Amino acid sequence: MNNTEPEQTDAAQPESPRTIDIVNKGLAKRYGREKRFKMYGFFAVAISLSFLALLFLTIFSNGYSAFYQTYVKLEVFFDPADIDVDDPANSNFPGLVKKTLRSEFPDVKKRKEKKKLYSLVSSGAAFQLQRMIEQQPELVGSTMTIEVPADDDVDMFMKGNISRDVPENERRISDRQLDWIDKWLKEGRIAKRFNTTFFTSGDSREPELAGILGALTGSIFTLALTLLLSFPVGVAAAMYLEEFAPRNRWIDLVEVNINNLAAVPSIVFGLLGLAVFINFFHLPRSAPLVGGLVLTLMTLPVIIIASRASLQSVPPSIREAALGVGASKVQTVLHHVLPLALPGMLTGTIIGIARALGETAPLLMIGMVAFIVDIPKGFTDPATALPVQIFLWADSPERGFVERTSAAIIVLLVLLVVINSLAVILRNRFERRW
Amino acid sequence: MSKQKKYTREQRGTVGRIESDNPRMTCRNVNVYYGDKHAIIDVSIDVGRNEVIAMIGPSGCGKSTFLRCLNRMNDTIPTCRVTGDIFLDDTDIYEKNIDVVPLRAQVGMVFQKPNPFPKSIYDNIAYGPRIHGLVGNRQEEDEIVETSLKKAGLWKEVQDRLNQPGTSLSGGQQQRLCIARTIAVSPEVILMDEPCSALDPIATAKIEELIDELREHYTIAIVTHSMQQAARVSQRTAYFHLGDLIEVGETKKIFTNPQHTLTEDYITGRFG
Repeated sequence: MNNTEPEQTDAAQPESPRTIDIVNKGLAKRYGREKRFKMYGFFAVAISLSFLALLFLTIFSNGYSAFYQTYVKLEVFFDPADIDVDDPANSNFPGLVKKTLRSEFPDVKKRKEKKKLYSLVSSGAAFQLQRMIEQQPELVGSTMTIEVPADDDVDMFMKGNISRDVPENERRISDRQLDWIDKWLKEGRIAKRFNTTFFTSGDSREPELAGILGALTGSIFTLALTLLLSFPVGVAAAMYLEEFAPRNRWIDLVEVNINNLAAVPSIVFGLLGLAVFINFFHLPRSAPLVGGLVLTLMTLPVIIIASRASLQSVPPSIREAALGVGASKVQTVLHHVLPLALPGMLTGTIIGIARALGETAPLLMIGMVAFIVDIPKGFTDPATALPVQIFLWADSPERGFVERTSAAIIVLLVLLVVINSLAVILRNRFERRW
Repeated sequence: MSKQKKYTREQRGTVGRIESDNPRMTCRNVNVYYGDKHAIIDVSIDVGRNEVIAMIGPSGCGKSTFLRCLNRMNDTIPTCRVTGDIFLDDTDIYEKNIDVVPLRAQVGMVFQKPNPFPKSIYDNIAYGPRIHGLVGNRQEEDEIVETSLKKAGLWKEVQDRLNQPGTSLSGGQQQRLCIARTIAVSPEVILMDEPCSALDPIATAKIEELIDELREHYTIAIVTHSMQQAARVSQRTAYFHLGDLIEVGETKKIFTNPQHTLTEDYITGRFG
């Protein structure tokens, strides 16, 4: 471009500068603003990602050790004198464990020291032996090497959470106990291995015996019921309100209240469940049945709102096309509108279900916070749920529960990821039908 | 624009012959209200058998609204109210116990924007016959799909890809698909609401050709913004202005010798 040319035009019209000059003058400022805006966004994402990473890091570094557990190998002689084969439940298996331990360390004589020795092995050892005899009575009279779980204090010591350097009176393991552990270590009879107990048993007062399966099953039962009830009811309600309901004041009232319900604190739904389902209908306390019903009530508004939004986003031209060829209202909705709205409805449902999975407060109100050892087998068995289990363990003083709390959180997160990926897969499958 | 103001309500009465010798649909004193807005004012007109009637007029004159009265598509708008009589043959379609489902099977509609269902080309055509129970088996269905697509002049282009989504076609093809979908249920009247406004001239020419062929079997009412199109495809033309039906008559006469000055202004391009 020739430099003199713009000057000439400027000279010709000194009062009105060319548009391009004004645009160019402001350009740097505009780009600067754009750049700054991008930076804000980038920083926001970076900060949230780093917090997420921090969260995962803490939880995983705290929790991964719970997937390992210290076991001790013991030479057990199933003494026929101690065991009643016909009635193993009433036999003295704790005595058998103690006897075995005494025979390991014959020099221990004092009552206090014996007690310390016994406390090296988990109280679950006796139950383990009892189960073995129940399943294989022919073992009575034989000697076997059996791996039994160590006590949680020993486990913590093995995992490095209890240090030798701490003075004895501040340590949960005495010097004498350390000697015994050292002896086992030297003989290679104490070792850490994968903690199957954590995945196969319910809650326990002893950290080394506590497992997640009870809470996991409880959560699955509760959520299955929630999904089964809230998805069809929510979608049907949304469809009625959006497509069929007459526009009048009553429907407006219903709409406003659905929106209000979505904002009601979850503990209020818990109180409602307590008052209606338990006190009025006399449904069992602590049961996934009631938990599922309460969470359904809590999730329904979310699903209805999301489903209505996704119904609204279906282009009206599709409705007109269907009505134009003579489809009835129901046919229009079921054949054309619903298939297009379904992916959005599924997303809304998954968001609702994911929120229900992490919900603790309403479950506290209906008694799903109880200490429950047995794994629930149905919708009416007493149960607890994963987030409640986390809450319970986080409240426990034992060192062993700290890592289990984190491990339970890991399980909860994995479950969430599984549910979300399922939603993505389902959504993609439905969306592929254009 | 200043010219419009000269006319009072009384001066905007219909001129020309509203009756048809062989009417299929008769509309008498039709009024349409959207809430408080009086959108169609006292319109009376006949739609003749096997004729194409074009409705023209400036934007917002109510021609689309009137068209949508003919198969009660306005029912879907909650605030819309229709008074007056519209007869299809001898039935009053606004009578209380009239079912809109069979009515819309008789009076089909093609919309301004091509709106194929997000389904395959085949299903787009077969949907109407299926819900009305016109087809008993797959073979009949195949036949109906083929004849409808042939009538719409789309068969050659899509016969190898009937299973592909209807939305994958070009705009003109989509509109012909919509026409095929409408004629698949063998309606008696076809309403077309600016069917070519979203199409290029070549696709428009194809659709116009198609309309001319369809006239043999169907009665067609078409709303259009293009006066050339109205002149090319229709036998009769109705000119609407601000909710009034100003003039009805043979297309040739309207375009060569309009009676009303408003019509004249519009077709000579003085406004609109």
